[in-house]
Amino acid sequence: MKASTRTVDNVEIISLQGKITIGAGDTQLREVITNAVNSGKTNVLLDLSGVTTIDSSGIGELVGSYTTVTNRGGKLKLLHLPAKLNELLHVTQLITVFEVYEDEREAIASF
Amino acid sequence: MERGDSERIEITISSRFENIELVQVIAEHLCENAGVDEDGSHWIGMAVREAVANAIKHGNKLDAGKKVFAVFELAGLELEITISDEGKGFDPEKVSDPLNPQNLMKTSGRGIFYMKTFMDQVHYSFHPNGGTSLVMTKNLSKGSGIASTKA
Repeated sequence: MKASTRTVDNVEIISLQGKITIGAGDTQLREVITNAVNSGKTNVLLDLSGVTTIDSSGIGELVGSYTTVTNRGGKLKLLHLPAKLNELLHVTQLITVFEVYEDEREAIASF
Repeated sequence: MERGDSERIEITISSRFENIELVQVIAEHLCENAGVDEDGSHWIGMAVREAVANAIKHGNKLDAGKKVFAVFELAGLELEITISDEGKGFDPEKVSDPLNPQNLMKTSGRGIFYMKTFMDQVHYSFHPNGGTSLVMTKNLSKGSGIASTKA
């Protein structure tokens, strides 16, 4: 998994690319989120358009990321959810937890 | 391969996460060759991924010296997948329901749920001398997309 970050209007946009699966990306996601909140960036928008594969470990890390950011008083929202990831969040009812956006400007304005 | 043919494929891997995809890809190709569409093959492949990951992590406790055995048997449109490990087993009754509101924000515990969602039947057997076998079945004629599953 690769992650790139940029800041727009006090929102840390983290773009993830590749796999978020057990042993390959799940721990990386945790590190990226931990680094963001430790540097005071607690408005986090995860752009998932480049995620090619995710499994239950990756889903678990998304949940853990949400909790990490929320516990620091911030917000974590999702942008550009791939169709299969969307399905996985629906069947586990996690779609009710996350705010999901298709438009980046709309997502930034929501923080 | 024509729809309705029989096929049996076996693969044995060491307990390393990087081997999971090998087994997943076999499952997806087998399904595609049997006429399952891309989405349906993906979801069956994901069930296999979760089963192998559990066998490596929870069954064999990441001991690379222990093996995971995968057997794919396609008879007509009935697909049976068996994933076995060399671990000590577990009590399936103690696996918590990830849809329970108390468990919704847990970071783990969704693997078996996804397997049950994507496959028709999932059951475990525990061998007296150690090792666990997970057997998953799917009728490929029902449509294998997530919309047709019993989520």
